This record gives sequence, C-alpha cells and structure tokens, in this order.
Amino acid sequence: MNSPQTRTSARRLADADHRWEAGASQFARTELACAVSLSIANGPAAAAILAAGIGCFFLGVFSLGGDASQALARFFIFYTPTGPLSGVTTSAIVIWLLSWFGLSRRWRGKSVALGRVTAAAFMLLAMSVLLTFPPFMDLLQGK
Amino acid sequence: MEISLRDLITVFHGMGFGALFMLAFSGALAELFRMSALGRAVAAPSPTEHRLLMLYLSIMVVLAWATVISGAYLVYPWYRATPPAGLADLTGYPQRLLLSSPETSGWHSLGMEWKEHVAWLAPISMTMVAYIFGKYGTSLVKLPQIRHAVLAFVIVAFLATGIAGAFGAFLNKYAPVRGGPAIHLMKGE
Repeated sequence: MNSPQTRTSARRLADADHRWEAGASQFARTELACAVSLSIANGPAAAAILAAGIGCFFLGVFSLGGDASQALARFFIFYTPTGPLSGVTTSAIVIWLLSWFGLSRRWRGKSVALGRVTAAAFMLLAMSVLLTFPPFMDLLQGK
Repeated sequence: MEISLRDLITVFHGMGFGALFMLAFSGALAELFRMSALGRAVAAPSPTEHRLLMLYLSIMVVLAWATVISGAYLVYPWYRATPPAGLADLTGYPQRLLLSSPETSGWHSLGMEWKEHVAWLAPISMTMVAYIFGKYGTSLVKLPQIRHAVLAFVIVAFLATGIAGAFGAFLNKYAPVRGGPAIHLMKGE
C-alpha cells in the first residue's frame, strides 16, 4: 500500500510531466506557425492592407481640401448633382486602386516586414478618420 | 398606403443596404475574433466553411458599395438640392432646411459632413478584407499578423458604418428626403 506522501509525489510528477508536454506542444505549435508564416509570402496581403490605408488617408486629405479651398471643391465636382463629394471619393478610390496595383506588383511573391506595414496602414487609417471629422477639419483650417 | 419615390430609395439606401451591411458585421467580427482569439490555437476552417465565409464577405462588400454609391449618387443630390430663390417652405430641400435654423444646422455641419466622407472607409476596408480571405484561404489561420490587421480594419469599418448609419437615421428624422412620384403600395380601408 502506498503512503499518502508517495501518492502526492507521484501526482506532482505526473502534473510536471503534463505541464512539460503542454509546453512542448505549445512550442511545437508556435514553431509550426512561424515556419508556415515564413513559407507563405505576405507581400500581397501587405500590399492590400497598406493600399487600403493609403486610399482611406487620401479620402481624408481630399475631404479636407474640398472643405478648405473653393478652387479644389470646384475641381472635385465630377458629377454636378453630388457636388465635390463625387470627386473626393472617386479620386481617393483611384489612388487606392493604383497604389494597390503598384504595391502588389512590387511585393508579389515576397515577404515584407508586415509589422511596419500594418503600423503605417493603421496610422493612415486613424488619420483618415480624423481628417473626415468636421471639428478636426475646422481646427486644421483655424476656423 | 403609398410612399414617395425618394422615400423608397432612401429606405433602400439606409435600411436595405446600410442596415443589412451593419448587421452583417456581427457575423464577420465574431468569426474574425474567433480566428484571432488571443493567441489560442484555432482549427483552420474546412474548405466548405471557407467558401461560406467568402460568400458572406463578398455579400458584405456588395452591400457596402451599394450603400455608399446609392447614398452619394441617388439620395445625396436630393438632400443638397438648391431651392428656388425666395422659397419659404424648405421641406423639399433638407440641407437648406437644416441650415435655416441654428437649432438644426449642426445636423448638417457635423452629421452630414462627417457621414458623407467617413462612410467610404467601410467599402474600401471590407474589399481589402475579402481579398485577403480569398487570397490566403484556410492558411490565414496560421498568419496571426495578417489576421490582426484585418480585424483592426473591420473594427474601423464597423465604427465608420455606425457613425454614418446613426447620423443618417437622425438626419432623416429632422429633415427627411421626400418627394417625387407617389408609389401606391396597397389600397386602404
């Protein structure tokens, strides 16, 4: 018959063994994920993410431009009933698609530093939200 | 029971496309969050599940573009129409009606001015998201950085849609876009 001390030691040993297995399994999973990440080119995703950030940013810039300058507002009237909004959005979409096309060609089949790319894309996206916010537009124009 | 053409188109823009797009975010966010959940190992979706997710995201993209295009090119021109000089009743000219009073002008200068631009962030972001899902397929489950980036864009698109939708609802309450030929839906008692 085992003493309570022996049973506790055996349980501790089993727990430690289980923890080691779980740790090794987690390590193996992480290693596998890293290996898979390296084998799949992230260039096309990076191009799409950064281009979306650029498109959104230019939407904000053009919104501000159309609001700040009468000449730009007139330039952006691509469709009279919609007014400057038609040109602001169409121009931003054109820039988005062109930058996507250009970046996709540049990064096709390659892996890039995705962390920096996504950081830049988020920054552009955050600025686009700010630039479309009328009180912020007014602040920039000193209104 | 009847509805004016402009009312009907506005309903299609806001409730048909916009609200449906907004509702669809719950599913997309839930799935993306499940896939990106805090570093947990997640099972890759089966090819059928991936096809369904692609269909779901594609419908979202179509709804997003339909919402902004119908808003900018169908509803917005009615909203910003210029009334003839000296017209006292501005009911048919929502923008001018809102600007005619300091009590309501903010709905245009903040609400519409923000809504008309910020809404476009959603279709751009969702097109990118759908492309990435289509391009990387089930292997996306093994690419956490890309998943996290996609999730962040979806959250911003959701917020942008929420802002546009909420202001759209308020604007339509204070200065509805009305007019055009009446469409008879059914005969009353």
